[in-house]
Formats: sequence, structure tokens, C-alpha cells
Amino acid sequence: MSASSISLGQLALASLLLVVALGLSVGLRLGLTRGLAVAATRMVVQLLLVGLVLDWVFSTDSAVIVLALAVGMALLAGHAAVRRTSRRFPGIYLDALASVLGASFVVTGAGVLGVLRTDPWYDPQYVIPLHGMLLGNALTGISLSLDRFMDGASRGRGLVDARLALGATRWEAARPLVRDAVRTGLVPITNSMAVMGVVSLPGMMTGQILAGAPPAQAVRYQILIVFMIAACVALAALAVVGLAYRRLFTADHRFRPERLRDAG
Amino acid sequence: MSPNPHAGPLVSLWRAGRHVGGRWLWRGLDVDVMPGDRLAVVGPSGAGKTLLLRALAGLDALDEGALLSGADRQPVEDLPRHRAAVAMVAQRPALFEGTVRDNLRAPFEYGVRGGAVYDEDAGRALLAALGREHALLDQSAQALSGGEDQTVGLARTLLTAPRVLILDEPTAGLDPDRTAAVEAAVDAFLAADPGRAAVWTGHDAAQLDRVTKRALRL
Repeated sequence: MSASSISLGQLALASLLLVVALGLSVGLRLGLTRGLAVAATRMVVQLLLVGLVLDWVFSTDSAVIVLALAVGMALLAGHAAVRRTSRRFPGIYLDALASVLGASFVVTGAGVLGVLRTDPWYDPQYVIPLHGMLLGNALTGISLSLDRFMDGASRGRGLVDARLALGATRWEAARPLVRDAVRTGLVPITNSMAVMGVVSLPGMMTGQILAGAPPAQAVRYQILIVFMIAACVALAALAVVGLAYRRLFTADHRFRPERLRDAG
Repeated sequence: MSPNPHAGPLVSLWRAGRHVGGRWLWRGLDVDVMPGDRLAVVGPSGAGKTLLLRALAGLDALDEGALLSGADRQPVEDLPRHRAAVAMVAQRPALFEGTVRDNLRAPFEYGVRGGAVYDEDAGRALLAALGREHALLDQSAQALSGGEDQTVGLARTLLTAPRVLILDEPTAGLDPDRTAAVEAAVDAFLAADPGRAAVWTGHDAAQLDRVTKRALRL
């Protein structure tokens, strides 16, 4: 039996493992049985569907379809990033979409065209998984940065006002907020890089090794993707905070905290 | 000192209005703050006194009319420069992270002040005049009482030597001694340069009588 292929029977067998979690939930009356079952079912259906879609995309060998899929994924990520924040301002969705789209395309492009030099350049086997990993991380970075920035602008509006009243430009008044927000967005990737390989074996690397790749090769891919993720998260966080800054601070150095609303 | 009618105003509002919550708080308002002026802004709670001060300081945009600067009444275009010259001290000034000294120094890091630097001696003298020990300089600005917050907020703005000082209830919550110290410090600030002016609000009519020469009623 090849280690790299799993039959549906084996998957069914693996689903029995979930019974352990469900059993605990029932036994301890955690009230999670329904939630766990629904989430597990969703996971299976979503992944099987994605597998079918990707099989189709891989077989079409079309740059347009690969690009369309990449844009669609980025749009979903941008939308999800905003959904996770607790405040809104007019244009927030547009800002998040532009940031995630820009950052992920620049970094995926640099990785695929500049470093991996795949042939053809749009080879979905590389583009789609790399792009997906970048988007997942950019989504977190954007929502954390954005949330922190809006929180600082809302709760710290007195501080911003005080700086402006003392003659600060909008950038001088907002710089502490911007710095804080971008730093917050970079915390998860910074932390996970620090313990990678020691405390955690990254999922992508694990998957490659399970699928039969030599560990040394899997490690190189992992390092490449982590560099790409760090770059993408940094670009996305910086972009979204920069755009949000321009929404809350007008070009003539006025602060507009009233543009912020609590998410309903 | 009475306003000098021969010099032009330092800052003006022209046919100014603020429309908030579906109604006009004030509208068609003309205000000239002259050199040497001591202007009280009075009116019931909710009349928009603070918003008028914020409009003069260039913090809020007007819904109608214009904010004008200088004797030739030019519309204000460079807001940071305007705010450095027409400086407002909020009723509860927000203090920055760090020590009181860090707070007094912060405004001198802004580009609008060019190369001007924080003067430690002036800072100490000002705190003393406001009835505070200079040991306060090394204290964390996050650990101050409400009254100390007000003192530091006022000192932070006074040290930058604005042309027009805008004070929103600067002595609310202060005891009589400290209130007198604040009034004296503002007096000294105005006396140091006849080209300066102050605009006050407050709920204490006797105080406004003492510290201002004319009143604008909202």
C-alpha cells in the first residue's frame, strides 16, 4: 500500500476517532455534541468539495481559472477578516479586500515567479496551496491589526485629540496607533516562527512528509512558505492600517472618530 | 487689559454654525479674538460651548461659515500650525504614556515647532507657579489625580507659548488655592506678551468675572 494515498474506507475508519471527542462531550454533558458533529460534517463536505474543485482546476490548465480562483479566495479572506472585527467604518470592506488582494498577489507572485520559477507560471499545484496559506494568515493579521487600530482610535480618541490640539500632524497624532496595530497583527506569525519545529510541526510540512516527501525537502518548503507568510502578513497589516488611517484622519489633519461604529 | 481695537483679530469665526443631532447649536456666529482679549464663552449646559472652543482651535470642522486666522482674516489652511498658535486645553486633558516630563516634552517633537526644544527650567517654574512640586516631573502621568491631570495638561500647553489659549473649564474640580494658582498663571502668561489672548468657559460666574473682560453668550 502506498503511504501517499488514502482510501475512503480509511477515512471512514478515521472518522471513528471523532467518536472519542463526541463520547467525552456526551459523557461530561459539555453540550457540544451537536456543535462538534455539525462542524465535523461541514469540514468533511467543504474539504471534499474543495478537492473536487481543485482536481478540476488542475485539469483545466488555464491561467484565467487559476487567477479567478485566487481572486475569489482573496475576496472571501478580506470579507472574513472584517467580520472578525468589533467596529466598522465606511469603506472598511474595501480597505480589507484591497489589502489582502494586494499583499497576497505580490507575495504569491514573488514566490512563484521569483523563487520557485514554476512552469507554467500559473501552475495551480503551487499557486493555489501557497496562496491559500498566505490568505489564511493575512486574514488573521488584518483582523487583529484593524481591530487594534479602531480600538485605539475609539478608546484613545482623547489622546489623539490632545496631540492634534498641540499641533501634531495627522501622522504624528496617529503614529502610536499605527505602530501598535501593525505590531499586533504580526504577533501570531512572530510567535509561531519562534517555536516552529520545536513545539509545533507545521501542518504543511507534516502533510508533505506524510505524502512521502523527504523531510529535508519538506523543511525547505516550510521555510519558504513561512518567509512568504511573514512578508504577506506584514504587507497586509501595514496596508489595511494605512488605509484605515486615511479614513479616520482627513488630509487636512482632522480626526474623525465618529466614522467608527460598533459592529451590529 | 482691554482688547486693542486697532489691531486685527488673532482668530475669528465668520457666520459659523454647528449642526448636531438634528438641530443648530449655534448659527450665524461672528467671533473675533483680539490681541489682549480675555473672552468668556457662557451659556447653559448643552449650548455647545465646548464645540465652539473646539471650532476656534481648529479641532472640529464647521457645518457652516469659516474659521479665519490673523488680522487679514484668511481661511485657515494649515491646521497643525493653527492649532499650535490657537491651543486648546481640554476639560479633562488626556495625558500621554510616560512621565509628566515626557508629557511636557511631547509637543516639542512635532514638526510644527521646527527646532524648538523643551525647557526643563521653564517646566519646573510653571509647575511651581501652578502649586505643584517639581518632583511631579518624574512621576508616571498614568498615576496622577484628576487635579494633577488638569495641571499637567495646562502646563503642557502653556509651555508651547501659543498666541491664543483656549481653556475649557480649566479649574473644574480644583480647590480654591489651586484655582487661584491657575488664574495667576494664565494672568502671567497673558501679561508676558500683549499680543496673546485667552478664551475661557466655566460654570463659576465669579471666576469668569475675575479672569475675563467680555462674554460671548450662546
